[in-house]
Amino acid sequence: MSADLWTALFIALLAVFTGYEVISRVPVLLHTPLMSGSNFIHGIVLVGGIVALGIANNTPELIIGFIATVMGAMNVTGGYVVTERILTMFDRSAKKKGGSP
Amino acid sequence: MSFPVSDVVDAVYLVAVLIFILGLKAMSSPETARRGIVYAGIAMLVAVGVTFLTFFNSDNSSWVFGISLPVNLGLILLGIAVGGFGGYYWAKVVKMTAMPQMVAMFNGMGGGAAAAIAAVELYIVLPQAASQTLMITASLSIAGAIIGSISIAGSMIAFLKLQEWMPSKAIVFPARQVTNMAVLVIGVVSGGLALYTWSIFWLLPFFVFMLAYGILLTIPIGGADMPVVIALFNALTGIAVAIDGFALVNGSLGDAGYGMVIAGTLVGASGSLLTFLMAKAMNRSVSNVFFSAFGAVEETGVTMKGSLKPIEASDVAVMMQYANQVIIAPGYGMAVAQAQGKVRELADLLEAQGVAVKFAIHPVAGRMPGHMNVLLAEAGISYDKLFDRDEINAEFPNTDVVLVIGANDVVNPAAHRQGSPIYGMPILDVENAKNVIVIKRGKGKGFAGIENDLFYRDNCRMLYGDAQKAVGELVSALKK
Repeated sequence: MSADLWTALFIALLAVFTGYEVISRVPVLLHTPLMSGSNFIHGIVLVGGIVALGIANNTPELIIGFIATVMGAMNVTGGYVVTERILTMFDRSAKKKGGSP
Repeated sequence: MSFPVSDVVDAVYLVAVLIFILGLKAMSSPETARRGIVYAGIAMLVAVGVTFLTFFNSDNSSWVFGISLPVNLGLILLGIAVGGFGGYYWAKVVKMTAMPQMVAMFNGMGGGAAAAIAAVELYIVLPQAASQTLMITASLSIAGAIIGSISIAGSMIAFLKLQEWMPSKAIVFPARQVTNMAVLVIGVVSGGLALYTWSIFWLLPFFVFMLAYGILLTIPIGGADMPVVIALFNALTGIAVAIDGFALVNGSLGDAGYGMVIAGTLVGASGSLLTFLMAKAMNRSVSNVFFSAFGAVEETGVTMKGSLKPIEASDVAVMMQYANQVIIAPGYGMAVAQAQGKVRELADLLEAQGVAVKFAIHPVAGRMPGHMNVLLAEAGISYDKLFDRDEINAEFPNTDVVLVIGANDVVNPAAHRQGSPIYGMPILDVENAKNVIVIKRGKGKGFAGIENDLFYRDNCRMLYGDAQKAVGELVSALKK
């Protein structure tokens, strides 16, 4: 295994604890935005989609890479907008305007 | 000296990851949560933007793409435009009540992207002469593809169920366990054969069977278990993204991989934690949620003592007016009827008459983690009136009226009765209140298919009707 891969494994190990620590004290109230927010963050997969489509060198690869990029981009924008909309409802300053649906 | 592309890219990813972590951290308090997502959004924008630099070869100052710059780069930009606009538009126009299925949908997109990236890697790597490095890349890609495929197929079924485009109840078919296991084994073995024979021939059956497994896995899971399901698929997508990241790190375009490894692992870890929290709130294991087809079997042999006692809305209104404290316990029925606006009106009226109003929120009420909190926030009910199960259970004995709106299993005292299917599930102990009013559409059983002991208690009265209509009646009775 390459040194890069080992480095990545060490990083991942630390990220597990970071993810656990950052989340473990989130109140029930914020479970939905938290889940939706992390849903947005795994939208980083778009980066992988860009790379995969960039190195694709025949038609099938281009098609699958294109699908990856479209899906990744949907994950990013959709995840962001959903989270933003949910959090707006928890925002007290934005609520003053009336609040009822 | 040539332009240090790789260093610039890595430095930018480093900053982006830091902001992701700070953004997630900010989400642990309602005051800072909105800032958190904005930070994360900026970080994402920067990370995506800098990724284009990875195609720049600084040694001879040229751009390196698979076919040519116009083809590859053009498709990338088109893909981002199509997917980005589609996701943005869809998420903007959808009603707030459809949030659970939207989360499931966009999560599935992430899983699908992870599976597709793995597929591209495999199609590129397998035709080359096998080497140890390529073998590792291919193995990681197979692993990422397995998890990503299960995540997209399962999330799509969850989406269809939540959207009610397919029945939300647990669907079971004969020899389910055996069939599912066989499909999983065939899929994984195909993946193994692709590696072993070093051939793309096995990729098609591999993906077909893994997607089929994701579908079969989710179909037998009923609507009330969706909080666990959505949380788990979210975690799975994170893990798939991280594994894809490892595969990229192992290849020539490694820089983008590190970002995916860290962000994916963060989500995988936090998502797993949330999944266990949700399962624990139902006193069941995650595997029990996925493999037991809970709710498809009904409890038999238990007869209820007492009877269901109906009540009129006007009587309930009087009862609440003279109460010192009213606690409202909402459930999925409130979400279905979209009654949260009326519920707020009711709470405002009661408070205007000097009655203290609180909300009791069970962690798994509704269809996604925290579902009730979102709905009540949408109606403009301040979150300091919402109380978690552990915070409010002690208050029920001193409460005059508890109004249960469309909740069933989460208030069922059968959870305290040994032998009941939900035995041991931590519930809202509303039965301890002086009076309990249950708003319910009909006399049917809850999702778990068990009788609710609560409804037969002496202090319990049934107000039949759709939650929107019933609460509306209470509101107009209070206005008189």
